[in-house]
Amino acid sequence: MFADVLISLLDLTIRLSVPLLLACLAGLYSERSGVFDIGLEGKMLAGAFAGASAAAVSGSAWIGVAAAILAAVFFALVHGFAAITNRGNQIVSGVAINFVVAGATILFGQAWFKEGGRTPQLTGDARFDPITLPFADALRDVPIVGAIYSELISGHSVLVYIAFLMVPLTWWVLFRTRFGLRLRAVGENPAAVDTAGVSVTWLRYRAVIVCGLLTGLAGAYLSLAQSPGFVKDMTAGRGFIALAALIFAKWKPVPAMFACLLFGFLEAFGIRFQGTAFPFIGQVPVQLMQALPYILTVILLAGFIGKAVPPKAGGVAYVKER
Amino acid sequence: MSTPYAKLPAWADYGLLPLINLIVAFFVAGLVVLLVGESPLEAVSLMVKGAFGSGRGIGYTLYYATNFIFTGLAVAVAFHAGLFNIGGEGQASVAGVGVAVVCLAFDSILPWWVTFPIAVVAAAIFGAAWALIPAWLQAYRGSHIVITTIMFNFIAASLMVYLLVNVFKAPGQQAPETRTFLEGANIPSLEPLLNMLGIAARRTPLNITFFLALLAAFGVWLLIWRSRLGYEIRTMGHSPKAARYAGIGEKRIIVITMLISAGLAGLMALNPIMGAQDRMQLGFVGGAGFVGIAVALMGRSHPVGIILAAILFGMLYQGGAEIAFEMPNITREMIVVIMGLVIFFAGALEHMFRPAVQATLASLKPSSMGLKPKPAGDA
Repeated sequence: MFADVLISLLDLTIRLSVPLLLACLAGLYSERSGVFDIGLEGKMLAGAFAGASAAAVSGSAWIGVAAAILAAVFFALVHGFAAITNRGNQIVSGVAINFVVAGATILFGQAWFKEGGRTPQLTGDARFDPITLPFADALRDVPIVGAIYSELISGHSVLVYIAFLMVPLTWWVLFRTRFGLRLRAVGENPAAVDTAGVSVTWLRYRAVIVCGLLTGLAGAYLSLAQSPGFVKDMTAGRGFIALAALIFAKWKPVPAMFACLLFGFLEAFGIRFQGTAFPFIGQVPVQLMQALPYILTVILLAGFIGKAVPPKAGGVAYVKER
Repeated sequence: MSTPYAKLPAWADYGLLPLINLIVAFFVAGLVVLLVGESPLEAVSLMVKGAFGSGRGIGYTLYYATNFIFTGLAVAVAFHAGLFNIGGEGQASVAGVGVAVVCLAFDSILPWWVTFPIAVVAAAIFGAAWALIPAWLQAYRGSHIVITTIMFNFIAASLMVYLLVNVFKAPGQQAPETRTFLEGANIPSLEPLLNMLGIAARRTPLNITFFLALLAAFGVWLLIWRSRLGYEIRTMGHSPKAARYAGIGEKRIIVITMLISAGLAGLMALNPIMGAQDRMQLGFVGGAGFVGIAVALMGRSHPVGIILAAILFGMLYQGGAEIAFEMPNITREMIVVIMGLVIFFAGALEHMFRPAVQATLASLKPSSMGLKPKPAGDA
């Protein structure tokens, strides 16, 4: 009984942490290159809407994913244009993108589908179904391992596996490739990278494009796998939780995964145990659970649980000496 | 690091550039309207008619503008110190708790002209209190104020749901809101004034908080440009190094500026709670905290610019409702798009047209750019 509850709680945790994880890794690339991005939320939302719209029209989930990525990359490039090319305020640009997307998704949703800002319900090939991994059914009855394998690891959509594979991949790219080395360098000391004859602008643009790609995937997961279609404002602050997770993880990929799992767990816990009274504590208000990721991040930022030091050149546009 | 751009004459910096940015933002908004299959020109005329075509429209436009003046001033004050207070939304909603507590406590025993000043003070204190932790963290622990104020917006949102559902909701009531206030918390409407001016206004929420907003704008002007504290704030905004060198206490200025900023954002709560709905409802801030960012950027952080920008956004809010009513393909969210575009072009891309404007001005009239005209025959 307890094991069942635990397994289902952890299963929900995984589902809820996937969009956070993808968005968090997206922010990781961007911020490590020195471009602050509080527009993760907007890009994710754009991806979710474009993905669901394209899937609804074409009937293919993969075309949906492609559209989601295109939309998110478009806004990533807009952010890059303002932040990198025009040396604009990166925070202001992120805020602007969040607003434009929040409004435009509803506006276009209503104009195209006339369902009050939703896209039509997706069915069949237009959305991602859970994948049953090999032997999941055969192993179901094996104690502990069987339950973990068949319930927890198996039975998710393909995007979930992609998201978790992105973690080692990101680690490898950042810490074992030339691109990653330069990316990290450009976030710390762009002048040095420039002196070495590497284009700061192009490096940052590539980081921003990767950021768009991953936020697009995050959005696609929301509207094509987690829910069957787009509903207005469906990211509901997840872009900011991802940002919090990024700070919590101190801009490192593997800790980012654990931070996202933690915040996903808090959300899952809040949903599962809404209104349940606990011994000694009593009933935990669901609002407290919702606020907990933010409260934890503030405490972290206060420097009481280690210190989160952002990339040194973050938020500053690079001006070539003339 | 040197500033990458040369200085423009003031009229171009404060008039021409914002105007160009605004025009581009509206041009892009027009393209969006075209994309959803409606006519942009018709939308503009509907919007202007909706906002200024009737007494009721004017009342609503100024009512919304009142909110945006407060939140715009809040963002602007922080901007002057080089701080970005993105937490106006949370600060205003927590300030609402202060206003509601004062109203619920005194509405049956005191007349409105006593309740109102108490509520003003409560709004400012509650709003400021919500910024105290982010301000303190920025000053003493170096935590980025943008991130902490965003986090506090979300914490405030959760807190407000909890308080309204579990504490303020009257027994036996469904909606998450306080009971309706009594006589002692009803502040005067400005309808009689509008009628006196020959504007037939009925059922508009415009109230005396509008004058409080104008007063606050004047106060901010005094503070920033006519006081010692304002000088210190501006010095820190321009160059934290210079401020440190001049012996200005950086930490003190950060905390004080943020408290003033959040207090101004908090005053916004008076307008919907005491002026319009006579109760505190969930979500009464309605995004005004974020509109404040657009307003401050548009108004170049100057009170006069902010009042004008606030009226513009009030017009968008009121006129936007009208468009949504008349045009089936346009929803209220069009305003959010326009707001985003204004923030983008007036804020993030504020320098985009600067080189072009500079070059044009320099070629038209070199002296306006501080360049010496070339001696004749030298060319």
